[in-house]
Amino acid sequence: MYKEGFLMAWASLVANKMRSLLTMLGIIIGVAAVIALVSIGYGVRSQIQDSISSLGSNLLMVYPGAPRTPGVRPTADSQKTLKLEDYTTISHLQDIDMASPVSAGSSYVVIYTNKNWTTSVNGVNSDFQYINNWTVKSGRFITASQVERRERVAVIGATVATNLFGTEDPVGKDIRIKNNPYKVIGVLESKGSGSFGNDQDDVIYIPYTTGMERLQGVDYLRMIYIKAKDGVDLDRLQTDVENILRVRHNIKNPELDDFNVRNMATIMATVEETTATMTLFLGAVAAISLVVGGIGIMNIMLVSVTERTREIGVRKALGATYRVIVMQFLIEAVVISLVGGAIGILVGIGASKLIGALTSMKTVISMGPILLSFGFSMAIGLVFGLYPARKAAKLNPIDALHYE
Amino acid sequence: MKQAVISLEGITKTYVNGKLVVPVLHGIDLNIYEGEFTSIMGPSGSGKSTFMNILGCLDRPTSGSYKLDGEEVATLSDDELAFVRNKRIGFVFQSFNLLPKLTAQDNVALPMVYAGVPKKERKERAAYLLDSLGLGERLDHLPAELSGGQRQRVAIARALANDPSIIMADEPTGNLDSKSSVDVMNIFTNLYNEGRTIILVTHEPDIATFASRNIVLRDGYIVEDKQNPNMAGLQSVQAPTESVAVSAATEQKAVKSVISKTVTEKVNTEQTNKGGTSHV
Repeated sequence: MYKEGFLMAWASLVANKMRSLLTMLGIIIGVAAVIALVSIGYGVRSQIQDSISSLGSNLLMVYPGAPRTPGVRPTADSQKTLKLEDYTTISHLQDIDMASPVSAGSSYVVIYTNKNWTTSVNGVNSDFQYINNWTVKSGRFITASQVERRERVAVIGATVATNLFGTEDPVGKDIRIKNNPYKVIGVLESKGSGSFGNDQDDVIYIPYTTGMERLQGVDYLRMIYIKAKDGVDLDRLQTDVENILRVRHNIKNPELDDFNVRNMATIMATVEETTATMTLFLGAVAAISLVVGGIGIMNIMLVSVTERTREIGVRKALGATYRVIVMQFLIEAVVISLVGGAIGILVGIGASKLIGALTSMKTVISMGPILLSFGFSMAIGLVFGLYPARKAAKLNPIDALHYE
Repeated sequence: MKQAVISLEGITKTYVNGKLVVPVLHGIDLNIYEGEFTSIMGPSGSGKSTFMNILGCLDRPTSGSYKLDGEEVATLSDDELAFVRNKRIGFVFQSFNLLPKLTAQDNVALPMVYAGVPKKERKERAAYLLDSLGLGERLDHLPAELSGGQRQRVAIARALANDPSIIMADEPTGNLDSKSSVDVMNIFTNLYNEGRTIILVTHEPDIATFASRNIVLRDGYIVEDKQNPNMAGLQSVQAPTESVAVSAATEQKAVKSVISKTVTEKVNTEQTNKGGTSHV
């Protein structure tokens, strides 16, 4: 019965090609829009995830914080509470894979011959390259002995290299920071823009010892990067680090912490939540057009019922029951919506591939929204087909037979 | 004694349209027996169509009893009536009412779809019925590709699909030219010869003469009910002198050769007794 119903419905679709196509158009556009927009949403999410994990996803970042004492609280940046000894102590923790202190800071004018460029100069150790997932394009990264000897060497980011050297090879050249010469020993591979639109390549790394003692002349750090060992619970490690710092800084009440520990996993979760909301929003907008498509189906099915009143009368006279007629029209509506849904999926996949290829936006096609919108379009066929189907089945056979 | 296939007692039908009450049938008592070929005539407004609808179980009487094959059908539900129409009544309409998008074979198979007959069996029986009515070459034709007479033959084949107790024909020749009309009426005559019960609604006295019993309806009453010993169809078969009758007889041969396969021997004997041309 069902198989024949589907065959009959298919025959009726093929017989009215243009009308069937126009009816399906609503569903096609709806499904395609859902798939394309959700794939853009997923694309944005994966882009952000990529850039976060390019920093390393199992990272803890320790920043100096304003002491929570009464009175005017200076900005967190200008704090001097994070000392090198804090880093040394923390780096001995079992769960830590690598750690690097970061000294110095933003906005140094860097000069090479007659060109200058203002950028952030960061003092780091030799592990920093791996903690922040940097690849060296040419030359090499800072070595442990260079750190120990407080050498004036620098590794520069791609943006800095372009702006100061143009097409010239920077490795081996001297740049001047605060009137002191620094030898460029390496150029970093470009990472592109970060999660928040910042240029990750606009950066210079020098040994942290050099940064603290020779560039700045201070005994405090700007921050500490900590990379946990694989499989370590980042939240627990964060608590451990906080406890060590409290002991070292002699803080009893956690509310008075003079430092901040940020957890990359938490940041990631927040970002994911944000993009999920955005994706949901895009999907919801597209789903509205699916509903509109469903109303289109109902409209055409109602026309079709009127048009086929006589046919319905004949079928009833020949013994079709209420249920048989309902099923016939319902199956027809579902077939329209399913075929429309299938075409919509193809169009949607095509559209998101096209968007991915022609624009800088990244699109990620996933099974979830495809199955969902297919199921949704079938449900729409059922819901919006029910009223016309019932209307058809309720027709009085005599009236239907004499309908002209 | 033949059994009453249809037994009506005090059938009335009253239409209520707002405050307007229109009585159409005023208590009709009628028995129609197995194997009868009954014509129902009457001027328009006589209640003919309403009566036909009730007989065909398309509508229910306002009051009275309608026994079909001894079973009360006046009080059945819609779906039960659909079942009765499907199994026990074969309809032939004036405007054929074939489904335009189905082939002749599929049209004939349609009542069997609703009866739940398996597909293979349906196809075979539909092909067989069409073949028996001389349309064996046209199984895959759409109604639009057939002439009026051929369409009506498809409709008759469809009416026979579920081997019903009665065949109801509502002005079956109304849309046909006179030659096709005679063809169609000869088919009915053959079905009568087979022993089928036929009810024919018409307003043409010529057509009514093909029936074995003539009923005339006027203003919701039966005003005339008489046997017709001189059935037109039988006469034309017995004396095939006119050209129309000759072609009808040829047609009839095809019909009969098939019909004799379907029906019991008893009917066959009866047929011969009635003097129909013997099939080759």
